[in-house]
Amino acid sequence: MASRRLPQPAGTWIDRSHPLSFTFNGRKLSGFRGDTLASALLANGVRLVGRSFKLHRPRGVWSCGVEEPSALVDIGQGARRTPNVRTTLLPLAEGLAAESVHCWPGVGFDVGALAGACAALLPAGFYYKTFKWPNWHWFEPAIRRMAGLGRAPTAPDADHYEEVAADADVLVIGAGVAGLAAAVAAARAGARTLLLASGAQVGGALSFDADPEVAALAASARELGVRIQLRTSAFGVYDHNLVCATESVSPEGAADLPGCVLRERLWKIRARAVIAAAGALERPLLFPDNDRPGVMLASAAHKYAQAFGVACGQRAVIAANCDGAYRVAASLAAAGVEILAVVDRREGAAPIAGAAGLRVLTGTTLTAVHGARSVRGCTVAPLAGGRRERLHCDLILNAGGYAPAVHLHSQAGGKLRWVAESAMFVPDGAAPGLTSVGACAGVLARAAAVSHATEVGEALARGLAPPQAPVGGAGRSDDITRVPGVRGKQFVDLQNDVLAEDVALAARENYRSVEHLKRYTTTGMGTDQGKTSNINALILMGEYTSQTPAQVGTTRFRPPFAPVTLGTIVGRRVGALYRPLKRLPAHDWHAAQGALFETFGDWCRPAAYPRTGETLDAAAQREAATVRKCAGLFDGSPLGKLEVYGPDAARFLDLMYVGTLSTLRIGQARYGVLLNENGTLVDDGIVARLSEQRFWVNTSTAGFDRTATAFEEWLQCEYVDFKVLITPVTSRWANITVAGPRAWEWLASLGFEAALAPASMPHMTLRDSVWESHPLRVLRASFSGELGYEVNLPADHAAALLTRLWAHAEELGATLYGIEALQVMRVEKGYIHIGTDTDGTTLPGDVGLARGIERKAAPFVGHRSLLRPASRDPTRLQLVGLMPLDGRTPLPVGAQIAPEPPPALTEGHVTSSYLSPELGLPVALAMLKGGSQRTGEELRVHHLGTMIEARVVKLPFVDPAGGRVHG
Amino acid sequence: MMQLKCPWCGSRDESEFVCGGTTHLIRPDLTANDATWGEYLFFRDNPKGVHLERWRHAYGCGQWFNVARHTLTHEVLSVYAMTDPPPAHS
Repeated sequence: MASRRLPQPAGTWIDRSHPLSFTFNGRKLSGFRGDTLASALLANGVRLVGRSFKLHRPRGVWSCGVEEPSALVDIGQGARRTPNVRTTLLPLAEGLAAESVHCWPGVGFDVGALAGACAALLPAGFYYKTFKWPNWHWFEPAIRRMAGLGRAPTAPDADHYEEVAADADVLVIGAGVAGLAAAVAAARAGARTLLLASGAQVGGALSFDADPEVAALAASARELGVRIQLRTSAFGVYDHNLVCATESVSPEGAADLPGCVLRERLWKIRARAVIAAAGALERPLLFPDNDRPGVMLASAAHKYAQAFGVACGQRAVIAANCDGAYRVAASLAAAGVEILAVVDRREGAAPIAGAAGLRVLTGTTLTAVHGARSVRGCTVAPLAGGRRERLHCDLILNAGGYAPAVHLHSQAGGKLRWVAESAMFVPDGAAPGLTSVGACAGVLARAAAVSHATEVGEALARGLAPPQAPVGGAGRSDDITRVPGVRGKQFVDLQNDVLAEDVALAARENYRSVEHLKRYTTTGMGTDQGKTSNINALILMGEYTSQTPAQVGTTRFRPPFAPVTLGTIVGRRVGALYRPLKRLPAHDWHAAQGALFETFGDWCRPAAYPRTGETLDAAAQREAATVRKCAGLFDGSPLGKLEVYGPDAARFLDLMYVGTLSTLRIGQARYGVLLNENGTLVDDGIVARLSEQRFWVNTSTAGFDRTATAFEEWLQCEYVDFKVLITPVTSRWANITVAGPRAWEWLASLGFEAALAPASMPHMTLRDSVWESHPLRVLRASFSGELGYEVNLPADHAAALLTRLWAHAEELGATLYGIEALQVMRVEKGYIHIGTDTDGTTLPGDVGLARGIERKAAPFVGHRSLLRPASRDPTRLQLVGLMPLDGRTPLPVGAQIAPEPPPALTEGHVTSSYLSPELGLPVALAMLKGGSQRTGEELRVHHLGTMIEARVVKLPFVDPAGGRVHG
Repeated sequence: MMQLKCPWCGSRDESEFVCGGTTHLIRPDLTANDATWGEYLFFRDNPKGVHLERWRHAYGCGQWFNVARHTLTHEVLSVYAMTDPPPAHS
């Protein structure tokens, strides 16, 4: 067994008195509280964790943190399945069940591994090159099945997520020694300070060492009131210092909702100043078969030993390109791991402190790794040539140098510069609003990092410019990475199976810009976003194109820094809360009458009131027929209502509507249409005059928001000298509509005052009244074409009026009717519905509403656009009525009108279509080229391969003289 | 996400606001020719630099106001009333 648990005192994070059992690919294993899944797997000697993305190579744990490219698993089942979880971050829990991703039938025997044998067919950009004959689409399904990572959950997420907003004077991201120092200094200078720690402990890279300086800083932070937020990782820096972070809710804090679990919180933090203290990642080296299970980052092996008490192997070889390798070697040796050699590829690397007693080979590199599913040894050779030597190790550690985590700095818009001596990119000064400290600023010397972070924290707390970072302390690291002249695959990007030769191929084929390199080879993509591959990829590109890494440059880092669960972003905006619906004031009353509710825009409304066994269409036909014969009751409460008042109210409404409204007498109402500046229809409605300076404006239900918004915009931005106030009152008033020849008889039976009778109150007039102490605002108007009363009353009283009316319905033979019956009747009358019959090109003249424009003296919105030649083109699409020649076949909405079947130039389309209960025939509205001059013409209507012959008829279909609305 | 300072409500997240596009546009009158009218309706400058635009606190008080914003850095150089003249730095 190569990897194993070390004896105490190793393992400062684990609690050996608290064992946990878990399964991996069905195998029962055990670990301790405090383990991650990765540390527990290593402790159990499990090396082979998964298979690679493209070539299905065996892979193991590579890192000990967020940068993990290989050791991903799927956990949970069904709704709670979570794919592609990094084992290196996943806390071990009792009963955890994890499965390898991306292998079938199993991680040990994987059919897809045959891909490895076919690697020659899978170079960078292979989908542009191979599998082209006879047709890529023949191969695509199989290739797609073999690609991809974990499997998505199969049911809606059962868990909960929430969102937290926070603000701070100074936000510090990262709670290592530099982050702690910055936070303490900021708080000491009086700033409200928020400190984010991605793990469950503060201390960063020192958190498992019981470091006295870290302990002192942490104590100071608590005393000074720094708000410390554990398990919270910043993933994005956005405009104006908005930082987003995810918090993994601890198991103790998670069980606060019965039946579901609070999993993660999204933090949206707005800070006056942001300090990034994100640390550094380790840069691996390239050598043949550097992806085998048992090859990993040196810093990771160090952390597994110290924090988790896990030896990742028994005999290690360290592939080195930096001084830090020797510190790791000494630390591992002390923990009981035998170090066979430090193989330092730097020529003449000076022995440093801690190297005493170690076997050091300088100017030497690994030329082969032995063992496929687990490292069994390696061959090393001097770079200059010379004798090869085989080392019988079971662990190979990469110590290639530092890669400061400049991601947040780059997201914030900061620039980078290349430090050649240490082969690393560091921030080139502070980014707007964000200052880096510690290792992510390129300050690797601890004392310098602490004092710089302290100065930065204090300066930002006081609103002063932060001091420059004393970059240094990383030691010498060569900007060279691969081994030349040897056989075998040298991996740049483990997650995407990108080889050094793929980068060479991209260079040969002129994909030389870093942005092209990334997209052509896929290096730096995927869940790890190239955290351990980007720098090596661009060093290689530099090598192949004779440029320095600084000349090659980096891709711009974009959020998120690490994968974010979609549920975390969505938060509580799921299900019924995704788009809350508005309900009628008398919703429950309608439900009691058997209403069939449907969603219309933002509203949940009765579509119809079907009797037992009746379809929606049949109910709508019955309801419409009853309204025309007798009377019906409709809840029109969502109708938009505005009050417009002030000395300039009349002048303002003339400006907004096509019609002239200033000439309305008090109590009179008029239909009007609203245009935008392109002259196209935005909304229609009825405007009534309540008094000299006060108007009642009904908009369409769907058009209320855009009408109210347009009114405000014109008043506030353009006609700023107009003295007008606009009050939206839609929810204040319910609207109960009573329509049909016996509508007045019905209202009169309830004791409505005689002044409202049709004889004394004409069509298109409005009157305030009182009924049984309820104040009423009654408008005589009609969207059904029958005698109609729109009774507006305070919303709370709607159910009372409905109940009283409905008590008289049976003796009258009246009905309730819903939206569907209303649609049937308005189409019979040829009344347009804005947004159904019209679209973003429809002008008032196209639907017969241009009357009076020539005579109108006052200016109005959209007027100039109506004077364009195109607006006056007689062949524009115009509203017509259509009926099928056979008198039977409905004309489907959306069907195209053309002499020939499609594909053909269309002459128009059907916009609304219903069976007319009055005529017993299908009727339709359509927009037709030059339609106003084509009455009587026979046309062909095409729909999904069928053709229906139809005739253009004059509108309306019902009651052409219009006598009924007058009662 | 930007933060804008509503003159009535103070600093709020961008998601509470709606941008109404370029401000200080002069509307030609009815006698303008078609080309001039078309220019007014459909053509806008897209500067790399300071842009004067109008915003509405749509999910708040409903107030319209003008903003001078740098399109590259999203720096808000000033917030001023609809009736105010363009600021000097434009």
